[in-house]
Amino acid sequence: MAIDNIWVFAQADGGTASTGTLELLTKANSLGGTVTAFVAGSAGDAAASLADHGAAKIYETGDLAGALPGAAVSAAMKAVIDGGDSPDLIMFPQNYEGRDVMSRLSVKLDRTVLTNSTDISVDGDSVSVQTPIFGGAKIVTSTFTGEGPFIAAFRPKSFEPAGGVGAAGEVVSAPVPDLGATGGATVTAVHVEETSGPKLDEAAVVVSGGRGLGESEKFEMIETLASVLKGAPGASRAIVDAGWVPYSYQVGQTGKVVKPTVYIAAGISGATQHMVGMKGSKNIIAINKDKEAPIFGVADLGIVGDVHKVLPQLLEALAAR
Amino acid sequence: MKQIPDPALPGELDPSTNTLKRDGKLILDESDSYGVEMALQLVGAAGDGSVTLVSMAPNDEVSGLRTALAMGAEKAVLVSDPSLSGADALTTAKVLAGAVGKAGDYDLIIAGTESSDGYTGTVPEQMAEVLGLPSVTFAKTIAVDGSTVKVDRQTESGYDEVTCPLPAVVSVTAGVVEPRYPSFKGIMAAKSKPVDTVTAADLGIESVSWAQSITNVEDAPAREAGEIIEDDGESFNKIVEFLDNLKVI
Repeated sequence: MAIDNIWVFAQADGGTASTGTLELLTKANSLGGTVTAFVAGSAGDAAASLADHGAAKIYETGDLAGALPGAAVSAAMKAVIDGGDSPDLIMFPQNYEGRDVMSRLSVKLDRTVLTNSTDISVDGDSVSVQTPIFGGAKIVTSTFTGEGPFIAAFRPKSFEPAGGVGAAGEVVSAPVPDLGATGGATVTAVHVEETSGPKLDEAAVVVSGGRGLGESEKFEMIETLASVLKGAPGASRAIVDAGWVPYSYQVGQTGKVVKPTVYIAAGISGATQHMVGMKGSKNIIAINKDKEAPIFGVADLGIVGDVHKVLPQLLEALAAR
Repeated sequence: MKQIPDPALPGELDPSTNTLKRDGKLILDESDSYGVEMALQLVGAAGDGSVTLVSMAPNDEVSGLRTALAMGAEKAVLVSDPSLSGADALTTAKVLAGAVGKAGDYDLIIAGTESSDGYTGTVPEQMAEVLGLPSVTFAKTIAVDGSTVKVDRQTESGYDEVTCPLPAVVSVTAGVVEPRYPSFKGIMAAKSKPVDTVTAADLGIESVSWAQSITNVEDAPAREAGEIIEDDGESFNKIVEFLDNLKVI
């Protein structure tokens, strides 16, 4: 069995394919064989983009009518597989929806899952994924040993999306079957936290604050600096957990993965959870009072100092330019 | 709930199996302390009921369970079996689902979103599927209203309000509640609370296997250490210069 048939779990909200979806399609396309996108919802206007990134076929569940995607989409996938289209490999984004669908599907198919991956390699029938552990200090390679379909989830920004493939993009309906008791969770209201400026995971400059800011009011300095540099403000998990800023600001393993040109970490010690989310930044500036802080181990420019002194001076200097 | 090696200590892999060393004392995973606290608060709000812990750990390890019992949980079921060493997430979910059955009747199963050591993040949803239950992941608030649980669920851009009939599985994010510190009285009481230690076979899981193996572990390419300077009142100039060179200002 070679890896001839690869599925990618696809998110295409509002007719736009998510960047993560396009990253996975591009990687799947590079592995050879047929690439299929499996859309949670309706492909709509996103179909063209999915095809452009390599999807020869696009399954769409149609409107999920408020159902959470885990039970619904995994059931739709299982139905298609039972119908005879059985993939060798199914790739998921390591995010909320991806994890939920993948987890349910792994039980339905009785297949193991490999998560938090950053790369995949195929050698004949053998499929291996690479996963950073210990905050990215070591890379573990895990190989599937059982029967396919193999199920793996990949961290955002593990691959570069590349269009221009021009695949067929044939859209096929994959309706959600009756979910019984598993389908009981229903979304009754959606709340979007408004942010201005560039999106955190797409900004060229990210300025993040952590516990070293001392109090929530001081986060304003982070927002001002981000704004001056036309970037996005971010945060460590510690201050998100403390309720200083919304979760959508969080950079890290369970937050956003960022790879900006410049990442400025102010008052962040550099816990493993955080490092995983920002270590791929091209340039890192860290400001922290504790010279032993792990963040200095990855910083290109480390300032051992008080953020309450350095940041105001920096803002003043930038304003004067 | 998961018992993990102390995260303050550097993690180590067993060189023979390439799996995380879990031989020593294990503590209550902080991620799960939020779930334990949430469960205790829901029981408190309901006015009756109890919290039962289920866990899987090697060597009959109960240190983390005792912490959660000291917080106020009533009893625990621990699955401890050498055949489960290195188990994957799917196997873990099957085993924990079996342990839930062993623990008796339940209305709600609460879990952390992901452990601080393995951080696979799939076990709660896999357990729900094994048990045939609905589920809500990444809860930041949970309220029980009769036979329904209402959850504010984090999303990439904000949060969703979700309702779900009971019984159900809900995974909670860190920071959802402030875990209590066990009182002295709680710690003393925890010593005599029942912990039912069972094997996979006791749960009717006869053959245990998983379909993955670690084939290589290597050091990641190191990021070159940069320049580190002590702030002398002028270090902001260094930052300006750095940004200038990158043409971001």
